[in-house]
Amino acid sequence: MKKRKERIDRGIKARSEDIFALSSYREMLYLLVPRAIPVVGLLGVAPFLSPYWQEVFISTSIYALLAISWDLLISAGLVSLGQSLFYGIGSYIAGALNHYCGWSPLFTIPVAALGGGLLCTVLLLPVLRLRGIYFAMVMLVLPLMLSRLVEATRILGGTEGLPGLTPFPNQLIALYVVQLAVLAALFGFRRIMASDYGLVVKGINDNDRSVMSAGINIYLYKTQILFIGASVGSFAGALGTHIDMFAGMPGFALDYAIMPIAAAVVGGMRTFVGPMLGAFLLVPLSEILRALGALRIVFYGLFLVVFIVALPEGIFPYVQRKYHQLERWVELE
Amino acid sequence: MNQPPPLLKVSGLTKSFGGVMAVSNVSFELKEGELLGIIGPNGSGKTTLVNLVTGFVKPNSGRIEFKGKKITGLAPYKIVSLGIARTFQMVRPFYQLPAFKNMIIPLYSPRVKKLAGGKYGDRDAVALDLLEEVGFERDAHVAYKVAGSLPQGYLKRLELAKAMALRPDLIIFDELFSGLSLAEVASIVPIIEKLRFQEITIIMIEHRLKELFRIADRVLVLNYGEKIADGPGKEVMESESVKKAYLGSETD
Ligand SMILES: Nc1ncnc2c1ncn2[C@@H]1O[C@H](COP(=O)(O)OP(=O)(O)OP(=O)(O)O)[C@@H](O)[C@H]1O
Ligand SMILES: [Mg+2]
Repeated sequence: MKKRKERIDRGIKARSEDIFALSSYREMLYLLVPRAIPVVGLLGVAPFLSPYWQEVFISTSIYALLAISWDLLISAGLVSLGQSLFYGIGSYIAGALNHYCGWSPLFTIPVAALGGGLLCTVLLLPVLRLRGIYFAMVMLVLPLMLSRLVEATRILGGTEGLPGLTPFPNQLIALYVVQLAVLAALFGFRRIMASDYGLVVKGINDNDRSVMSAGINIYLYKTQILFIGASVGSFAGALGTHIDMFAGMPGFALDYAIMPIAAAVVGGMRTFVGPMLGAFLLVPLSEILRALGALRIVFYGLFLVVFIVALPEGIFPYVQRKYHQLERWVELE
Repeated sequence: MNQPPPLLKVSGLTKSFGGVMAVSNVSFELKEGELLGIIGPNGSGKTTLVNLVTGFVKPNSGRIEFKGKKITGLAPYKIVSLGIARTFQMVRPFYQLPAFKNMIIPLYSPRVKKLAGGKYGDRDAVALDLLEEVGFERDAHVAYKVAGSLPQGYLKRLELAKAMALRPDLIIFDELFSGLSLAEVASIVPIIEKLRFQEITIIMIEHRLKELFRIADRVLVLNYGEKIADGPGKEVMESESVKKAYLGSETD
């Protein structure tokens, strides 16, 4: 006898984002549990990690921030091949304010986040009208140019960078700060994109002419999204630079551009959770693979390929679908 | 007697793409409350003319005035904010969203916010009201269905409702009737007549001449980007140049 899988949507009204017609504790749990997982999973696990894994989790969370920022930009149709631009600028602003002016990280980090967001937005404003691949190329080239500029003009410490920056009081505090930032970006961005404002942003990505004909200035929206994404990226750079106690040309490194994209693709684009999950899979994996020495990149690449082929939609959309649907085998005649 | 100034005044409008003259030295005026039909063979420049008036394409030369104000070269969103709405020949809604959620984007526009004095109430409710007006039966909950599951007739009406949501003074329909059955066209005509009743000025680009002539005050004919006739439907169709443009292939 043949069987086939049948999928049924769970009969819970509260599935839609803005109708909260909850009728039982079960339904409430159904909604709350998925939201509690990232909070507990991040903050709850932190104190039990060894110092080495705390360090890994810090860098993972920083990549997660960059990946979530990348995901915000892609929702507005902005393909960023240069998250390293945001990271590098944030790290240099925080580093310079700390190194030359002696500001505490309490001030350098927020100033670097907002200032970096503003500076990157201004830098990219002239190319905001370019679509898809053209914008992406400019974003790829800018960080490379800026790091060569630092090298050639020897400003901001040149190739030596700015060493001896103020660190966080201890590693656990650093980890908590980064993780709170990840959670804030995650829930904040999901909220924004579920609102009417988010609908307009998605519309720009989907069919910009239709949004223009609705009397909406799409460049204003793209600028706002760029600013928010760049600020989060610069924030990550500022945190990273104080954790490393160093700001320098590595801030513009290609790693910061590529890892966020890989994380978003593996985890599932345009969901914010997906890129975060992707980062938490890929960064620790690359640490574990360190033991393999030179073969590391081969295995890493293999893993990426297998993953993308097996689950092209990404981890989170897959899990989400499974969660919202009951599956059962039914018999066919 | 003082003539009221025209709502829209287009003079000497020209646009070429590479070597192709898409619109060539076109001038016309449109009175408030009028319904102007624009017809012409395929590729005669009708859509380009719409794109020029709505700011999606910048002209090589010529001038467009709306309510006495020059709007040539303004960005599309600014032109909308002055009161010109349009629909597209190819409807491309958000297929994965419910129909009423498709209405949110125009309802979110600054023009709507301004007209409503700050807040425009509950957008979802306004969206549902507007959709009911264009024939989304409320009892059947059609407005809640995802746009991708709706037949072409509903998608065109959704497009119409999106333009109406902007509360424009002038609406330009680019082939609203194309791809629709006679029954579907017949169900949209009363909606257009209602718009006229509200003194909204309308331009209709159409290939469906019979239906157009029934409702249009005046018809303008384009051929190879040039205006070859402008007047009441019957007169225009009698004219030699129009006959030639339309029937050329048959009589030759
Ligand atoms: N963006 C563009 N780039 C190049 N050529 C264009 C562009 N838009 C239109 N054209 C050309 O301009 C001419 C007029 O096209 P347009 O789309 O305005 O005609 P139309 O009257 O709307 O035709 P249809 O009845 O098929 O919709 C055509 O020759 C077309 O190929
Ligand atoms: Mg056309």
